[in-house]
Amino acid sequence: MLIKGGNANSMVTQVLKDVYALKKPYGVLYKKKNITRPFEDQTSLEFFSKKSDCSLFMFGSHNKKRPNNLVIGRMYDYHVLDMIELGIEKFVSLKDIKNSKCPEGTKPMLIFAGDDFDVTEDYRRLKSLLIDFFRGPTVPNIRLAGLEYVLHFTALNGKIYFRSYKLLLKKSGCRTPRIELEEMGPSLDLVLRRTHLASDDLYKLSMKMPKALKPKKKKNVSHDTFGTTYGRIHMQKQDLSKLQTRKMKGLKKRPAERITEDQEKKSKRIKKN
Amino acid sequence: MSSGGAMEGQSVEELLAKAERDEAEKLQRITVHKELELEFDLGNLLASDRNPPTGLRRAGPTPEAELQALARDNTQLLINQLWQLPTERVEEALVARLPEPTTRLPREKPVPRPRPLTRWQQFARLKGIRPKKKTNLVWDEVSGQWRRRWGYQRARDDTKEWLIEVPGGADPSEDQFAKRIQAKKERVAKNELNRLRNLARAHKMQLPSAAGMHPTGHQSKEELGRAMQVAKVSTASVGRFQERLPKEKAPRGSGKKRKFQPLFGDFAAEKKSQLELLRVMKSKKPQLDVTRATNKQMREEDQEEAAKRRKMSQKGKRKGGRQGPGGKRKGVPPSQGGKRKAGLGSKMNSGPLPLGGKRKGGQHHGGKRRK
Repeated sequence: MLIKGGNANSMVTQVLKDVYALKKPYGVLYKKKNITRPFEDQTSLEFFSKKSDCSLFMFGSHNKKRPNNLVIGRMYDYHVLDMIELGIEKFVSLKDIKNSKCPEGTKPMLIFAGDDFDVTEDYRRLKSLLIDFFRGPTVPNIRLAGLEYVLHFTALNGKIYFRSYKLLLKKSGCRTPRIELEEMGPSLDLVLRRTHLASDDLYKLSMKMPKALKPKKKKNVSHDTFGTTYGRIHMQKQDLSKLQTRKMKGLKKRPAERITEDQEKKSKRIKKN
Repeated sequence: MSSGGAMEGQSVEELLAKAERDEAEKLQRITVHKELELEFDLGNLLASDRNPPTGLRRAGPTPEAELQALARDNTQLLINQLWQLPTERVEEALVARLPEPTTRLPREKPVPRPRPLTRWQQFARLKGIRPKKKTNLVWDEVSGQWRRRWGYQRARDDTKEWLIEVPGGADPSEDQFAKRIQAKKERVAKNELNRLRNLARAHKMQLPSAAGMHPTGHQSKEELGRAMQVAKVSTASVGRFQERLPKEKAPRGSGKKRKFQPLFGDFAAEKKSQLELLRVMKSKKPQLDVTRATNKQMREEDQEEAAKRRKMSQKGKRKGGRQGPGGKRKGVPPSQGGKRKAGLGSKMNSGPLPLGGKRKGGQHHGGKRRK
């Protein structure tokens, strides 16, 4: 859900509208302004999420201390899990870029560039939050020609560059096409401000997977640090006399020899007894 | 022969080399060189590039072109990965089968708690009964074909028989077909009831009150008691005029539940009520709830009137009605005038509400104390 704060200016409203356009039909944009402060009081956000049954939200506001503020967050069980405040430094809207757009409801491709996204806990949570927010519904199959647009996030010098491009598939010599990009959608330059991250145990609780969804562990298969796979095979006790070995015709016993052997064995047994 | 072979060998080698060069050229269009491999999560169509963005750092304030180049490279790599997935053709479109998403994201709602076992499952667990594997189709002699074990057009459907022998001890004029259909309906209804009960137990819903109220002959004492209570209360006057049996005791615990405020909720309201309480305790003048006072007054007046009427009627009966109804009219004003306050006289017109606001009004001094 996309909510406007009490003092949202035109830039912030335009950002919310663009994100809503990207996320149709799975988003809900509230038209009226709501005078709340997400970082102080989370009850109104929780109330909204309960009413609209949405767990991801984006809240835009603007004041002198925090100009062009965007709070992006998610909920667990209708309580706020994570909230990250981003400041918008530069914004180019969908309608400012005069290009053809892709149809709404397509699943976007997400690319995160920059090693900053794994260094700090804040950035890691931000990455997970952005994935959660912008990925579409999880589908088992995807039409290869329907991969239309890509959202690219770059972390550089403390800023996060958010760009969206439309995909053009060009012929290359082989089956995989060559990609050309065309800037299509909203482009934002974001700066990380405050964060309100969930405590470790709440986060652990929210990550709990039901038993049915856990990946099934294959028994008797183990992996090495080098990547070698080891397997264990359990066999029944073998009767070595009945073992199938390579047959060499030259060593085959001839019938006369076999008879003499039997006679020897018999005499040996009689002697023993 | 050997020289010819060498020449042929050379031309073959040349051809092979040329083919390799062509391949490399083709692949060049789609290959991208990166120092660190990207991490892919194809279920989410996600790629993570860990390479430090050195090219961008040099770019300056508007790195648009460099960003686009970087994005193009990364997207190319992602597309290469996606095109390697197994594909199938679905309605003239090439569709790739995506693997499961590997990024672990927090859930939206808590994990559903495990459902309680149904009655049959509990029994089977207790007895150690395991499900027997049964075939889906059974040979049906009558129709001469393989039919389902249960369901539509099943193998042995006893309601569909065309000839039923009247059993030994049964009434010859009884409709055996109707009997079988009736038995089936009862079985279906019982099954449905059990299914709903299992569902209700799973969701811990309140079972509707009619669930335990049908007489089955196997009800326990508590169930019967509950049924009796519900029956008593389900009259037009909600059980007010239902008489009890001579030795029957009043049911305990069937009164109204008291509702309490939550321990910490509205701090402002709590503060207000506490301060109000202190103010009332501190004030010298007693508080007067006008509504309660007027209601009490009215009730007392009615009682006195009724008592007077009864006395009059008794006296009248004994002394032949000498005083009659005139006595009533005389009796009413003087007895109540002494008790009524001047302020309360206006109660008929305006009611207690406008006066309720001023509790310490000068009209009431030493008025009725609240009990």
